[in-house]
Amino acid sequence: MSTTIAPPAARHGIPPGLRAARRTATAATGESAIARWILIGIALAYLFLFLGLPLFVVFEEALKKGVGAYFTALRDAELLHALRLTLLVAGIAVPLNVVFGISAAWAITKGKVRGHALLVALADLPLAVSPVIAGLTFMLLFGMQGWFGPWLRAHDIQIAFTVTAVVLATIFVTLPFVARELIPLMEEQGVTEEEAAVTLGASGWQMFRRVTLPNIRWGLLYGVVLCNARAMGEFGAVSVVSGRIRGQTTTLPLHIEILYNEYDFTAAFAASSLLAMLAVVTLAAKHLLERSHHAARARLIQEQQEKQP
Amino acid sequence: MSVALERVSKRFGEFVALDEVTFGVDEGELVALVGPSGSGKSTLLRVVAGLERQDAGAVRIHGEDAAPLGPGDRRIGFVFQHYALFRHMTVFENVAFGLRVRPRRERPSGSEITSAVKDLLQLVELDALSARYPSELSGGQQQRVALARALAVQPRVLLLDEPFGALDARVRKQLRQWLRQLHDEVRVTTILVTHDSEEACEVADRVAVMHEGRIAQIGTAADLLRETANPFLGAFLADSPRPSASAKRIDYH
Repeated sequence: MSTTIAPPAARHGIPPGLRAARRTATAATGESAIARWILIGIALAYLFLFLGLPLFVVFEEALKKGVGAYFTALRDAELLHALRLTLLVAGIAVPLNVVFGISAAWAITKGKVRGHALLVALADLPLAVSPVIAGLTFMLLFGMQGWFGPWLRAHDIQIAFTVTAVVLATIFVTLPFVARELIPLMEEQGVTEEEAAVTLGASGWQMFRRVTLPNIRWGLLYGVVLCNARAMGEFGAVSVVSGRIRGQTTTLPLHIEILYNEYDFTAAFAASSLLAMLAVVTLAAKHLLERSHHAARARLIQEQQEKQP
Repeated sequence: MSVALERVSKRFGEFVALDEVTFGVDEGELVALVGPSGSGKSTLLRVVAGLERQDAGAVRIHGEDAAPLGPGDRRIGFVFQHYALFRHMTVFENVAFGLRVRPRRERPSGSEITSAVKDLLQLVELDALSARYPSELSGGQQQRVALARALAVQPRVLLLDEPFGALDARVRKQLRQWLRQLHDEVRVTTILVTHDSEEACEVADRVAVMHEGRIAQIGTAADLLRETANPFLGAFLADSPRPSASAKRIDYH
């Protein structure tokens, strides 16, 4: 049984031939209405259980003792410091990884660099390694007893248990996100548009800014969103290298755990709600950017169609 | 001599793409390079454009050694098989690109660019579609945009790399007649790469047949059809207009 529910657009204003074509296309996918509803139901239940419910619980717990208690918790100096540190770390790690990601993707896909398979594998390393191990590796390198320990001590430089260590660990963990978004995209697009730009007299920078960058901007945006989310939410590696010095090297996720371990649930969930809101703002910004682009595009096409009889 | 190659060689690893090719194109001439895939014709074009560097030999454009010049400084126009239009730009912006990226001192004003682009789009009969994006055009239309874009920089030499290869037979035929007319109008020195010998003979003033990195023979279409001494040439030129079928039927050894 294959009933077809044609969307309103299919019932009105579409030539009969097209309508028939549409019907066969739908029928060809073959699933029945019941199967469709079951699938949709499963997907929705899953989303609610694993995404909707936790998000709801965060805000519910945060507001349990009233709005007043919520805002008092948010005004805590250590929490605000953790928030500022999280934004600072993301603010350094994300731009650096954007530069790295674009350079690496360029070298791998367009620059015909030797041994690029190795470069791809290396760029994936942070995803394969547990963040805690990454953090421990950093301690082995930059800790006072580590490889660079004597040199660092001789030059009076402290890296372990400082904001610098937090930034370095975050850069390491978030390194693959932008590159991984861009490599397949740039691979698919090839080099002919760049070659065309060069034969038309564009300099290297003009070629990049006017041709390459516009072509990768949506992939880049997505990579930035993922990279940023991970940078702000990173726990394992940062937990190891920061030494968790309250009010100094604790980022928001670390601070939340500390509060939670101290049974200060209102504050813990208030801080969590802050982190959740940062994530929502990031996603909303991405969505708005995309939508305004598509709207502008649609407007342009409509204007053209109005111009032409 | 508008373009001159002197003993130009190029290899990719073990593969010899160009084997001491010496070859010249006169001012205003339209020369077709024809040959099966792997014969080196596209490599030759890319070496002239500066997109590939030759391993040995010299390329001269209007008598000037092109070696120190990058692709952007050679004043060439390049048209790619798959158009290579900038997908995020309108037709108008695609054609304007070469003018907009000029150094500030040489860059025409906005109104000059607008009128130059309008003229070019009229020339390729696409002025009605200037606000469209490449994805909204047919293959033939896209290739005409690519041609207008290449002509916008007023090239000394126009290089066409299988420009009609991705189009269906009917459009291909129309476009090559149109290209011949356009060349009679604009008279810019042109090298056309194709694997369709019929296309080469119909469009070009002279045809150069390439085989295994060398120019096997060069002459007018009539000359070449008369001399079929070389069995390879005979096979290639006597061939049917279907390029894909022709490439297969040739016996290389």
